Amino acid sequence: MNELWRLTAHEAHEKLRSKEFTAVELTRSVLERMAAVEERVHAYITPTPDLALEQAREADARFAAGTATPLTGIPVAVKDIIVTKGVRTTAGSKILGNFVPPYDSHVNEQLRRAGAVMAGKANMDEFAMGSSTEHSAFGPTRNPWNLNLVPGGSSGGSAAAVSAGECLVALGSDTGGSIRQPAALCGVVGIDPTYGRVSRYGIIAFGSSLDQVGPLGRDVEDAATMLDCISGHDPRDSTTNPEPVPDLRHYLGREIKGMRVGVPREYFIEGMEPGVKARIEEALRLFEELGCHVDRDLSLPSTEHALAVYYLIAPSEASANLARYDGVKYGFSDRTGGTMWENMEQTRARGFGEEVKRRIMLGTYALSAGYYDAYYLKAQKVRTLICREFAAAFEKYDIIVTPTSPTVAFPIGAKTDDPFAMYLNDVYTLPSAVAGLPAISIPCGLSEGLPTGLQIIGNFFDEGRIVSAAHAFERAFGWANRLPAL
Amino acid sequence: MPLTPEEVLHIARLARVALTETDVQRLATQLSGIIGHFAALASVDTEGVEPTAHALPLSNVMRADEVAPCLPRADVLANAPAQEDGFLRVRAVLE
Repeated sequence: MNELWRLTAHEAHEKLRSKEFTAVELTRSVLERMAAVEERVHAYITPTPDLALEQAREADARFAAGTATPLTGIPVAVKDIIVTKGVRTTAGSKILGNFVPPYDSHVNEQLRRAGAVMAGKANMDEFAMGSSTEHSAFGPTRNPWNLNLVPGGSSGGSAAAVSAGECLVALGSDTGGSIRQPAALCGVVGIDPTYGRVSRYGIIAFGSSLDQVGPLGRDVEDAATMLDCISGHDPRDSTTNPEPVPDLRHYLGREIKGMRVGVPREYFIEGMEPGVKARIEEALRLFEELGCHVDRDLSLPSTEHALAVYYLIAPSEASANLARYDGVKYGFSDRTGGTMWENMEQTRARGFGEEVKRRIMLGTYALSAGYYDAYYLKAQKVRTLICREFAAAFEKYDIIVTPTSPTVAFPIGAKTDDPFAMYLNDVYTLPSAVAGLPAISIPCGLSEGLPTGLQIIGNFFDEGRIVSAAHAFERAFGWANRLPAL
Repeated sequence: MPLTPEEVLHIARLARVALTETDVQRLATQLSGIIGHFAALASVDTEGVEPTAHALPLSNVMRADEVAPCLPRADVLANAPAQEDGFLRVRAVLE
């Protein structure tokens, strides 16, 4: 009966169905785990234990009534960029420190409909701008594998909560790698869906042409189940795909013999740690053993420009999206100045953290008169080249396999003084994000005792194939649901 | 091409962010460094290449223009820093 928090969501679901324990007992186990480790990990900005127990009781009623879904009664961490009706939503920022949303995001509606239990709102880099969760106004999250290290970011709270047993599955958001990179650094599975697969209604906007919500779990099946729950067309987000959504669970347990795997040369660059490279080489050999045709000669020449393209486009979009935080309608407001403009400028100066201000400045610069053509427009044109190279690659390959991050988790404070060094963490996750393609990160072993991640990129709306490949790899590799000693 | 402190102040004004003298110096250095890393973009041949605003082949998605309920005023105003008679209270825009 004890340590139910160690179960995956699908294991817990089977046991809830067979009445081995109740949803309230499962939730209590997770809440006890939170009480034991949260002080050290700090995965949450706002834990919601009372709401969790209330939802767990509702979940038990659904099991009794026979209306349970695979996520009914499952404790979930929800990244604090996701608007939750009646539950404070901060996006990791002081400027939204007291914001209690009057409405629900589409994805939280879907979680409620499924009967999931919300354990809390997960910590994150402010407005999802960061790769370490150190840019949270509420203090950093620590990596459950080693508390002196970062969990990655920006969805570091979500990844750490899954890894530490402070939930079973989680939602994060990915703009340039913010689900996949922390998943890799915390040894869990994370999926960045195709742009347009999941509604952005009620997701606090960062880079609107890039933002997607996606799942984190302890194995591929849990992540797929979670993505099934939140996917689909939503009339409130005109960029969601109107086509029917395939059930990803049908793509589990498939043979991947004959699958054509492309490995881009440009990803094997200086800066990749030898331990990461060794794990990826082993992973590629495992794909060969599973009967895949692995081709290491794929070339995606524009890869080297993806970082510049992303760090021009995303801050540009952010500078427009974050213009709404003016201290007038909601959130932090400084009204000590003599004029409206002074109040607005002080509100933003005091309400935003350093990295957010840096990116607003960078984006405003890239969009400003005299620089628009050289930076923003140029970045959008090179974005076209990146998209074309991926499109050509997917005529020859079914999936593209790369590392998720060039390094394992790094020490807290190691990169906060050098913004560009922090940006380099995303070098492998940016290209597919810029192209809007789906990608999954799955654990592929340890380097120096810390998790490494393997990234599988798929074609547009081909989440099914990357789930099949990831699940086959996971089963052959035998890592699923491995938790750190904490 | 490094950013001057004057340019940083100009950008901050466009972005409506107050900066201290220290902020200006630090941002001039940091932003110049970051922009410097992007210089290689200029060498990419994009002659005749259309820009991509987003990666999906979707454009001008319309919805039916139907009347629907909006959020109750009290719920919306609950987060307002200052309100009066059911309105948001702000400093005078024109003085």
